[in-house]
Amino acid sequence: MLTQLANPSVFLRWSGAALPAVAAFAAALLGIGLYFAWFVAPADYQQGETVRIMFLHVPAAWLALFFYGLMAVSALGTLAWRHPLADVSQKAAAPIGAAFTLICLVTGALWGRPMWGAYWVWDARLTSVLVLFLMYCGVLALWRAIEDPGRAARAVAILTLVGAVNLPIIKFSVDWWNTLHQPASVFRLGGPTIHPSILTPLLVMALAFTALGVALHLAGMRTEILRRRVRTLALLEAERLDAQAA
Amino acid sequence: MDLGPHAVFIVMAYAVTGLIVAGLILRAALDHRAQTRALASLESRGARRRLDPSPSLAAGKGASPEATG
Repeated sequence: MLTQLANPSVFLRWSGAALPAVAAFAAALLGIGLYFAWFVAPADYQQGETVRIMFLHVPAAWLALFFYGLMAVSALGTLAWRHPLADVSQKAAAPIGAAFTLICLVTGALWGRPMWGAYWVWDARLTSVLVLFLMYCGVLALWRAIEDPGRAARAVAILTLVGAVNLPIIKFSVDWWNTLHQPASVFRLGGPTIHPSILTPLLVMALAFTALGVALHLAGMRTEILRRRVRTLALLEAERLDAQAA
Repeated sequence: MDLGPHAVFIVMAYAVTGLIVAGLILRAALDHRAQTRALASLESRGARRRLDPSPSLAAGKGASPEATG
């Protein structure tokens, strides 16, 4: 069943049907989430109104990790099974993950200035997320540096898997080191420490960002499949023209 | 709505996020259009994959189950 769904032509069919629904779901959730974030959630007793930045910052941080994780799983698919759809998934995930990491860094800096008095501190959590962003940039550069998609996918897969060591470092940096960044307050053993009036919009926005990310990933994979077909046809046409000329 | 003394930081955070997300969506749409056009152009010139019986690749209909290339 999964093998059949992962066939590129079958993937194009089912993803073409799913994409509008996922995109509409994302748009609706984003509307609801923004309404909650701006008009329902109260100001925080410590952060004041700047808590509204958290409704962007936290989901973006989760998605930054999620897409790198997705790239790492796809990288395994590339190296272990050489599945073409794994290559495509890796490539489509990279710019989306990089964009969410950038959102995380920028919104974090804009929250940090009024709350900490600085846009940036070389704290373990901030620095490890910056390293994640640089990893994404490296992956994107490597995709562009190697022309053959198959060879590029294998090189990127190795780089991605090496960089995956950064994921647990990001997650546990607030526990392993003394950091200015607050510790985990949603996904923790004792349950969330956030009041439901703020937790609800946060989770709705997280779901909205996830749906948006999935829609963009599906769209990116579909385009990448088309790009590879264009490349193949262009090469075949060039071969045919060469043969005619000879 | 009063966003208090830090309104500029809050508005900037939402503006930057909106711009980045809009950029992602726009890039996805433009890239898809470019590849669809390139594929249609190649097919109109008679380009075919060796094992491909039909030109209906762009819609993903009836294409051979071989890989992405």
